[in-house]
Amino acid sequence: MTETKLTARNVDVYYGPKKAIDNVSIDIDNGIVTAFIGPSGCGKSTFLRSLNRMNDTIAGARVTGEILLDGEDIYAPSMDPVALRARVGMVFQKPNPFPKTIYENIAYGPRIHGLASSKAEMDAVIESSLTKAGLWDEVKDRLSDAGTALSGGQQQRLCIARAIAVSPEVILMDEPCSALDPIATAKIEELIDELKENYAIVIVTHSMQQAARVSQRTAFFHLGNLVEYGETSEIFTNPREEKTKDYITGRYG
Amino acid sequence: MILSGVLLAVIGLGLVGWFAARGRARLLYTGRGSMHSMPGYHGWHMALWILVPALLAWSAWSMIMPGLVDGAVMADPAAVQLPAGDMHRAAVLADARNLAANPDAVAFDPLAEELAKPMRAAQGRFSAIGALLVLIVALAGGGYGFTRVRAGFPARTHVERAILALLLIASLMAILTTFGIVASLLFEAGLFFKDVSPIAFLTGTHWAPGNARGVDIDGNFGAVPLFWGTIYIGAIIAMIVAIPLGLMSAIYLTQYASSTIRKWVKPILEILAGIPTVVYGYFAALTVAPLIRDTAASLGVANPSTESALAAGLVMGVMIIPFVSSMADDALAAVPRAMSDGSLALGATRSETIKKVLLPAALPGIVAGVMLAISRAIGETMIVVMAAGASARLSANPLASMTTVTYQIVQMLTGDQEFNSPKTLSAFALGLVLFIVTLILNIIALRVVKRFREAYE
Repeated sequence: MTETKLTARNVDVYYGPKKAIDNVSIDIDNGIVTAFIGPSGCGKSTFLRSLNRMNDTIAGARVTGEILLDGEDIYAPSMDPVALRARVGMVFQKPNPFPKTIYENIAYGPRIHGLASSKAEMDAVIESSLTKAGLWDEVKDRLSDAGTALSGGQQQRLCIARAIAVSPEVILMDEPCSALDPIATAKIEELIDELKENYAIVIVTHSMQQAARVSQRTAFFHLGNLVEYGETSEIFTNPREEKTKDYITGRYG
Repeated sequence: MILSGVLLAVIGLGLVGWFAARGRARLLYTGRGSMHSMPGYHGWHMALWILVPALLAWSAWSMIMPGLVDGAVMADPAAVQLPAGDMHRAAVLADARNLAANPDAVAFDPLAEELAKPMRAAQGRFSAIGALLVLIVALAGGGYGFTRVRAGFPARTHVERAILALLLIASLMAILTTFGIVASLLFEAGLFFKDVSPIAFLTGTHWAPGNARGVDIDGNFGAVPLFWGTIYIGAIIAMIVAIPLGLMSAIYLTQYASSTIRKWVKPILEILAGIPTVVYGYFAALTVAPLIRDTAASLGVANPSTESALAAGLVMGVMIIPFVSSMADDALAAVPRAMSDGSLALGATRSETIKKVLLPAALPGIVAGVMLAISRAIGETMIVVMAAGASARLSANPLASMTTVTYQIVQMLTGDQEFNSPKTLSAFALGLVLFIVTLILNIIALRVVKRFREAYE
């Protein structure tokens, strides 16, 4: 029942002369969570950032090969990276709410894309985004407080709500729980599980337990290569590659 | 002369002491752990004991010696003829002192000539006494230091403590100087306010210290036109130039410029900050001011003045650009990259990100930078001296010649001045106002910057 949302074909990513990703091809499906795992520096975050062209903001970064979103090449000259990023949202490792109110944090994206034409519409967008991010009940009475005054876990859910507010099709998450405590982590994981109904979600994680808990597919990266990609249950119980087995059994990484 | 020679001797003694103590400590040193401190520290400890007390004695003696010499000269029979007035007497003594140091000099007063000989004799005597005293102190200190060279003596701890004291003194020096400046300003300004009422000074609108003779003193010391000129040139015209240009250059350099362009443009901007202000002054007076006058004349302004607030303000603004730019640069760079990443990832363009996220986040830092820039601009002197003119005028016409607080301070204190007339003393009152205003601006700016930093740490 799943359909392919993002397709990468023979993708290389360079930082200056250094090759960070070597010939990666992968299909990412709608309606499920795909986890990227691998040791630090293996290129999984780099690859994630090339999926919404955030690498464009890094001087010297270069992507070759083909990445297709619904069959459309996102690196084609006709593709506007700004429009692309509205379709492929991103949540970062450290919660990064803007130094504005909670309301303004969410309203930021819809406003720049002209998604709400009246105050009432904007209010509705704010409420639905915060509800989807599981934060509405906690903050509905203090929408005009600073976003930075929330706890770390709440801030991260605020960032997820902010990403949802522009109605993306894909949500990329770069180690979204690595700065959070276990309780906040559990909440985010629950949220990811709910969100996967409506979005294609890609999550980079250092925690293999997290990958096992939240994802349906897992990709194992090592030294810039995609070593193995398959059903999460398969990868964790019956990996085909020796390297994958070594990594998930904790022999290195 | 003997007294300066003895300084060299003391330094020599210190060197000898260093070698002596280190040598003795080396003899005591029998291997690892046999002494608390390594021989070198014993050397330094001893050298400090020679140098510090001797130098203190030397400076103390240098301070009291002139009094002793004058006392001896006054005891001379010829001194009976000295005039009674303090000022006059001091002048004759200074004359005699000059003659004593330099036999070829010509005396203004025959009495000084007569006193030069006893002066020279007294100086010789007291120098010799002082030199002897300093040497004794050095030797005593050295003797004491030498007895401390023992295995268990913690020379290292003592030397380190002395270094700590030295560092502390160095850091206090700037602060003490500031206090000294404030004290002298307060004192002189106090003298001024004995003659002129502070209210008249701070609220009067007529500034003509030259006319202040006897009767209407208060009426001629109204400093408001100077304050207005300072604010108009430094805080308004200069900032209209410096804020947008500085801010835009900072935005370009931090957000858009490639690293190559940044590498070239930033140092050039910094060179702009290193140009002496007097050079900006020439530029304002010889190039910009005539240009403005000619332009104004061609636009039909009758009799435009060569010196104008606009010329001074424009050039001052250019001078301040690197300052504003580098403060704004810091403020923008202090906004975490995660902020702009977050905005870009939502599909915002770079310019939306700058306008809506980066600038608001950096605003406190930018405001603080602007305040520091204003405090620099209003304290700036050379450009206004050369290009703004001297007329104290309350006018909003940028083409008018105008004067500033700093210009008037220069005016009041250059050339031959009677030092206790309100005209001269007004410079200190103006200086005090300037000092207080810039101090307040700086304090506010630093607080804002501090709070802003905390918000991101």
